[in-house]
Amino acid sequence: MPRPGFVLEVDRSTPSILFWRGENFSLEKLPAGRSRVIYPPEPLDAIKDIDGAIRHALLNPIDQDPLPALLFPGMKLTIAFDDVSLPLPKMERPDNRQRVIEAVLDLVAEAGVDDVHLIAALGLHRRMHEYELRHALGDRIYDAFHSRGMLYQHDAEDHDNLAVIGTTDHGEVLEINKRAAESDLVIYVNINSVSMDGGWKSITTGLASYRCLSFHHNPETLENTRSLMGHRHHSALHTSVWRLGKVLKDHGPKIFQIETTLNTDMFPKPFEFINKREWEWTAKDRATFLGTTKALNRTPIKLARKIFHGMEGPHQMTSVQAGETEAVHKLTLEHVYKQQLVEVQGQTDILTMGIPFVSPYNPDGVMNPVLVMCMGLGYLFNMYRNKPLVREGGVIIMTHPTYRDFNPVHHPSYIDFFEQVLTDTTSPAEMSRKWEKQYAEDEWYKHLYRTGNAYHGVHPFYAWYWGAHGLQHAGKVIIVGGDAPTVRRLGFTPASTMDDAFEIASDVVGRNATITHLHVPALLVADVQ
Amino acid sequence: MKLNNTPSKLSSVPQLRKVAKLGDAAGAAVQAVLKPAKALGFPYRKPSVPKGQTVPETPSKLGADFETDWARKAPAKAVRAIVTNGPVRAVIKLLANPEINGLDRLADLERLDKTPALIFAPNHHSHLDTGVMIVAVPEPWRSKLVVAAAADYFFDTKVKGTLAALTLNAFPIDREVTGRKSSDELRRLLDTGWSLVIYPEGGRSPDGWGQDFKGGAAYLANRTGAPVVPVFIDGTGSIYGKGMKKPKPGKSKVVFGSPLYPIEGESTRRFNARIEAAVTALGDEALTDYWTSKQRAAAGTNPKLTGPEYNGWRRQWALAEHRKLGKAGQRRRQKRRWPDLG
Repeated sequence: MPRPGFVLEVDRSTPSILFWRGENFSLEKLPAGRSRVIYPPEPLDAIKDIDGAIRHALLNPIDQDPLPALLFPGMKLTIAFDDVSLPLPKMERPDNRQRVIEAVLDLVAEAGVDDVHLIAALGLHRRMHEYELRHALGDRIYDAFHSRGMLYQHDAEDHDNLAVIGTTDHGEVLEINKRAAESDLVIYVNINSVSMDGGWKSITTGLASYRCLSFHHNPETLENTRSLMGHRHHSALHTSVWRLGKVLKDHGPKIFQIETTLNTDMFPKPFEFINKREWEWTAKDRATFLGTTKALNRTPIKLARKIFHGMEGPHQMTSVQAGETEAVHKLTLEHVYKQQLVEVQGQTDILTMGIPFVSPYNPDGVMNPVLVMCMGLGYLFNMYRNKPLVREGGVIIMTHPTYRDFNPVHHPSYIDFFEQVLTDTTSPAEMSRKWEKQYAEDEWYKHLYRTGNAYHGVHPFYAWYWGAHGLQHAGKVIIVGGDAPTVRRLGFTPASTMDDAFEIASDVVGRNATITHLHVPALLVADVQ
Repeated sequence: MKLNNTPSKLSSVPQLRKVAKLGDAAGAAVQAVLKPAKALGFPYRKPSVPKGQTVPETPSKLGADFETDWARKAPAKAVRAIVTNGPVRAVIKLLANPEINGLDRLADLERLDKTPALIFAPNHHSHLDTGVMIVAVPEPWRSKLVVAAAADYFFDTKVKGTLAALTLNAFPIDREVTGRKSSDELRRLLDTGWSLVIYPEGGRSPDGWGQDFKGGAAYLANRTGAPVVPVFIDGTGSIYGKGMKKPKPGKSKVVFGSPLYPIEGESTRRFNARIEAAVTALGDEALTDYWTSKQRAAAGTNPKLTGPEYNGWRRQWALAEHRKLGKAGQRRRQKRRWPDLG
């Protein structure tokens, strides 16, 4: 029976706590008497008969007819699926998407449907490499559909293949992939790693154009998104997305949404200690930790990155639900919260977090400085419900080497963003006004996005906006162990050690400030009371 | 000289006689030792059978009765691990270079705390198929894999039988008669966690096309509840098919299907038909692609493994066309070469 998450009050008997530091770890001693650590719930048990559960979901959908009843010969069917940003780390084969799409194709073949297109719903993310598509969908689907031109990736800049579905009462234009828009049925296959994903966000961002995304991916909306992972009505982003969803529901193609959730069993056997509570580490775990960290200290960064990105998580499906988008998503969120929610009493003065080697925007790539900010302030800061873990004006302390390193294939516009935009301003509103258009419309970035494996030119702005609420909320952000000039370029304060960071933080929050550590890995959402 | 010698010669006669006597005694002793036991008579030899009596035949220890339990004991397992991971793997790589697909379909079973015994049911074109299966089947099943082999072919002599049992962990089954002993023994093996490779076609293809499936795999699955994994092997027939005197190295492909479970109340015949349909669909998947195969399976139009209904040269002609699609055809395909434009 998996144990629920809990909050540990740190006392003198508490051992040092594990922190991510990019492609390595460290153990940090937190001050006794004023610190607490939020531990995530243990991984839930996976579904025993996963394929059986998928088939059951397709045949018994929520608030919709069974899938076979929606299929007929001669119809135009589009199956869209989440891109490589999910799950993290990539899961062992077979991926949820492969399992679900194979089950869907069984029914589609039985119904005699020939016109089937599979589209990777990547929005403005980079195109997936062939090996990534093969991993997500399996070799069988890739070999059968890709060579026929029936498996491809969404292109938000291909204006001939975009169609306007309608406009919301707030003037937001819903423009999505034309093939999906003209289909008799769109089946969306999702992996819901965090509560922010899924629902109407799947199609209205994954298959949308830049124009459509810019209505909610902007500083104003994201500063007003007061709970990205929590209640929808606290999130300006989700409110906008749900308005677009209504337009899609009323004027778009018929949608059959399939959502899956995963447990948090994220790291394979040799790295078991990552998911364990420190005082439960065995001699083997301690030896593995010591061996791993010592070895990684001497490993070239490229090799270390290769090792970490090559990992396949043993996480498995904990639920699958299909049918009408909103009804499905409601159930999905229940499953996500069941795995991730931890009740926490009150806010804190200092929030500490270890930043890992990967974020949703650098699978198999480099965690560049902009993404460090995005991961810390955009994702981990936002892992709360009700109110942020850190009080307004409090301090956020992250641990990461924050090297000035970029993947030029995946993140070409990030390099210029770092050199050109961040030297000018770190204010989301100001950079949006002065710089965003130039990057979004740059022909070279568009070319790299459309034909290579590059994120869209505007993507570094979106990554920065993702942390807009965190930036606005925190009184100071400190990065421990980061490259000092790079950290300063981000507008943050560098610190050599955790003790130094607490010392620096005391200028803002006083000497007896309370500290809360968000214990990642494993995902958790703090339900702050 | 002669006269002078005579008395001395005469004086040596008794000595010579003594030597001769000793020689005779030694010869008799040697003869007694060397004399074949049969010459000694009963009980040193088989008793003669009285007239009018017949001796009942001793049960044969060959064929389906070949004893192979020893091949599943630790020493034999250790030897087999060396043989299969060394020479067998090397030979298969050299001759058939198999491309293995569909292992993800076994991932769920592999993750279980107690992995169940499986019945692998591949099509059969060549003696190489067994080697290919031993190489292709993933752990944890590979190290506990028994191969059902034709008793009349592999176990007709002691040497062949011993080698087959030791190196392939072969178990004799009678192709002609449904032997209760074989099936009981196989059930016992499955119940004790040994997985099984059984060729439902009963033997290698005589003409390159497949044969109708016999119900052995379905019967065992029905009795034991073990899942059947349909497997399609492509290409081995043209590397070392029936009737070929020496192998022609080439490429092969192995496609594993999703495990099939016997449905409660389902007859062996129906389950066998499902297994055959699954292998047929995998065959189509191996030669075309997953989606084409799915569509044809739904419409019931997957090309049959047994080939076209007609006989004679047209059947062989169709086989050549069929092979062009698969791995066997690739051996003959020219690699595309781009012109060197300087």
